[in-house]
Amino acid sequence: MFDFKVLTQWIDQSLRALNLPDFGVLVIELVLVGIALLAAYAILAIILIWFERKICAWFQCRLGPNRVGIFGLLQTFADTIKILLKELIPINNNDKILFYLAPFIVILSSMLSFGALPFGKGLQAIDFNIGIFYMMAVSSLGVLGVLLAGWSSNNKFSMIGAMRSGAQMVSYELSVGLSLLTMVIFAGSMQLSQIVNQQADLWFIFKGHVPALIAFLVYLIAGHAETSRGPFDLPEAESELTAGYHTEYSGIQFGFYYLAEYLNMFIIAAIATTVFLGGWQPLHIPGLDGFNHVMDYIPTPVWFLGKAFFCIFLSLWVRWTFPRLRIDQLLHLEWKYLLPLNLLNILFMALIVIFKWHF
Amino acid sequence: MVAGALAIAALIAPASFNVQKGEPYECGIPTRGTSWMQFKVGYYLYAILFLMFDVEAVFLFPWAVIVKSLGVVGLINVLFFAFILILGLAYAWKKGALEWK
Repeated sequence: MFDFKVLTQWIDQSLRALNLPDFGVLVIELVLVGIALLAAYAILAIILIWFERKICAWFQCRLGPNRVGIFGLLQTFADTIKILLKELIPINNNDKILFYLAPFIVILSSMLSFGALPFGKGLQAIDFNIGIFYMMAVSSLGVLGVLLAGWSSNNKFSMIGAMRSGAQMVSYELSVGLSLLTMVIFAGSMQLSQIVNQQADLWFIFKGHVPALIAFLVYLIAGHAETSRGPFDLPEAESELTAGYHTEYSGIQFGFYYLAEYLNMFIIAAIATTVFLGGWQPLHIPGLDGFNHVMDYIPTPVWFLGKAFFCIFLSLWVRWTFPRLRIDQLLHLEWKYLLPLNLLNILFMALIVIFKWHF
Repeated sequence: MVAGALAIAALIAPASFNVQKGEPYECGIPTRGTSWMQFKVGYYLYAILFLMFDVEAVFLFPWAVIVKSLGVVGLINVLFFAFILILGLAYAWKKGALEWK
């Protein structure tokens, strides 16, 4: 496995060789990391939008975008340029400051959690010792942006959408947190790099017995609902609320919501990958040494992105298959099924860890 | 990045002024009243319940990290703590706070 530390340390040493002060080196490195993350963010968003449109078309027996570029790959670039060229319509009687602040908050929350993801071996911008906790905290900031957007645009549709999303995102946040908690109990650490390293021999979803499997399913459902997509897209149900909380946004401001939605989907999939599916660790089966060595030759970011895209594919599958829920059904699912299941699951996992019912 | 994109958009996007355009979108019907009005209390109930459980989750995280070294004693203590909270959930459930009326 190629360790990206080689690359980062080489950059660090060659910067230090220029006789810059330590502070200068730090600033240059931070700028480099920031540029890399921004580029990855933008490219991933473009790929994800294209991916979703293709998958959606596939499920509906259509062709999807196929005119701009090969397989329509440049369609999203064209859309981005189009959305930049659109007018930003000013709204009467809205809360101007909050109206312009809201897209910033939504983007910021997804950007912050994007920065802490482990993309490959040695390819993690910042490795907190409370990684999972940080992820949850930062991604729950997004709901603030959505609420502000709905409130400040002085529109009834937006308002209803915002209130719905407030209830929904906040409820499902809980299930996301508790299912990750189950895995924290199993791993005994919240640091993302440690969690990934523990899965070197076998991924947690195979290692963690039934509770890990249940936690994975609950996490997928809750994460899907938290990004408010698919059957859970009540905050922006287009047939009921035109566009929900971003009805009044136009041009690139709407584009930010769109971007953040897709990146949130990726982040949810990436956390699922890191915690349950072994992060960037290749698929290893104990006992099959030859197989394991072959798997090691596939680069680690490929593994990470492959698994993340698999999770995204599951999410898209659900999205384009099921009809939308009602708000009461949605909240019942969370509070009456997922939450008690999660609490039981935590107890079960704690028992397994304490009494060592491993094999 | 957001500010940069906004600036580009403001530079290259066309702008025209029209009084009608600034109206809140309501399917073409003139807007009636303000949209900053009283809202269904059900949403707040869920928010309060969430607050309760989220704080619980925050307290459980430190325990989750050292669950192996704390062992059975820690588990019993946490169960006691969680029991009180689950009692709260059961009460809300019984009272019908989880029903959408």
